[in-house]
Amino acid sequence: MAQQNHNMLEVSGLKKRFGDDIVLDGVDLTVSRGEVVVILGSSGCGKSTLLRCINGLESVDEGSIRIDGEEVAVGSRSLTRLRQKIGMVFQSYDLFPHKNILDNITLAPVKVQKRSKQEARAQAEQLLRRVGLWEKRKAYPRELSGGQKQRVAIVRALCLNPEIMLFDEVTAALDPEMVREVLDVMLELAQGGMTMLIVTHEMQFARAVADRIVFLDEGKVLENLPAEEFFENPRTQRAKDFLQTFEFKKQ
Amino acid sequence: MKYLDWNFITKYAPLYAEAAKLTVFIAFWGILLAFAVGVICSAALYYKVPVLRRIIQAYIELSRNTPLLVQLFFLYFGLPNIGIVWSGETCAIIGIAFLGGSYMTETLRSGLESIDKIQEESAASLGLNKWLTMKEIIFPQAMAISVPGICANVIFLIKETSVVSGIALADLMYVAKDLIGLYYKTDESLTMLVIAYLIILLPVSIIATLLERRMRHAGFGN
Repeated sequence: MAQQNHNMLEVSGLKKRFGDDIVLDGVDLTVSRGEVVVILGSSGCGKSTLLRCINGLESVDEGSIRIDGEEVAVGSRSLTRLRQKIGMVFQSYDLFPHKNILDNITLAPVKVQKRSKQEARAQAEQLLRRVGLWEKRKAYPRELSGGQKQRVAIVRALCLNPEIMLFDEVTAALDPEMVREVLDVMLELAQGGMTMLIVTHEMQFARAVADRIVFLDEGKVLENLPAEEFFENPRTQRAKDFLQTFEFKKQ
Repeated sequence: MKYLDWNFITKYAPLYAEAAKLTVFIAFWGILLAFAVGVICSAALYYKVPVLRRIIQAYIELSRNTPLLVQLFFLYFGLPNIGIVWSGETCAIIGIAFLGGSYMTETLRSGLESIDKIQEESAASLGLNKWLTMKEIIFPQAMAISVPGICANVIFLIKETSVVSGIALADLMYVAKDLIGLYYKTDESLTMLVIAYLIILLPVSIIATLLERRMRHAGFGN
């Protein structure tokens, strides 16, 4: 197939301002098919904005974003179609509170992708079983724990058969015991060959899951290295300082 | 204290029943239209549609800050001057819709605006277009939140129909005034009037309470 020649995601020269604030200042980033890239950086460095731009939730001021060779353009007709190639999971639980778990998952496959109810349900069942939540299919989001909600949110995105998954600090709002169950699902996905772009503050997880680390600071890519190399031997002082903040030593 | 004239009451009760039908008829269609106006206008406000939004805001101010009776006079006595002649019933229904539309708009708008932005974004990220997002995600949640307000509007509008007697429609209020004028049986006429309104409104009020309780029980919140 011709499209195999494209990178799954290509971001080039991306600039984004909010008023006078420059949030993204010329970001270049490529993610190839099957690759897992983790974006690190302190709060306010533009990580979330980058993901939102990729998904077309924010318009960009300069530069371009291509998914599978196709330009992401806010407000264009192709955007809705393109978004089906992108699965996104947000930090805050974003399930639809008035629909039960199964309806949350099958809504877009049925209404947007025009798939049959039975077929969408079958896939939902398979995915829910995989994350251990099939028995919760009739429950409403309010009856689930934070970790369960995030697993459902992942399943909901997966049910559209996306080609790349974006995760925006999906465990940041969770109780510590619940972080694990969500990260395990993501690890399994990565091992299954899913292309993933992950924003997280879980360093150990990042190290375990990532093929490559992109370190953002003040809207610029400071480092773009294979994961081991980044953690063992970061190039910039800024990245060293950043990693230092996650280390605890007895005084 | 003198006793009520029961002969009078039994004799004229059917008149009230007849009038109640008109009251319910006007209220039903007026409120249905008002709700439709509310849905359309609140969506336009929610999406901040240029120009239309200003027009709707002007409409809301005009509708809420003028008495229904004046609005009815305008429709019934004013419009014929420019060649628009509507029956009393039509004027009454449109009058209720005109007044109720603005109340419904404001109630629904506050419901729409109370829905977290993340709902719209996650719907968008799933590929839902604006229409599907509104229909499947935003509107149902906004409706649930708006239920108490909508119920209050419905009860308010049913009561407001009492002014349609001002354009010579034989509703409950009209019948009561008529009987008082004819027979001077003030106590009987007004007692029957109160009871007639209660018969119409109490069931509505009970349904509203049940609906509110159900919605609260459903309590979508995460």
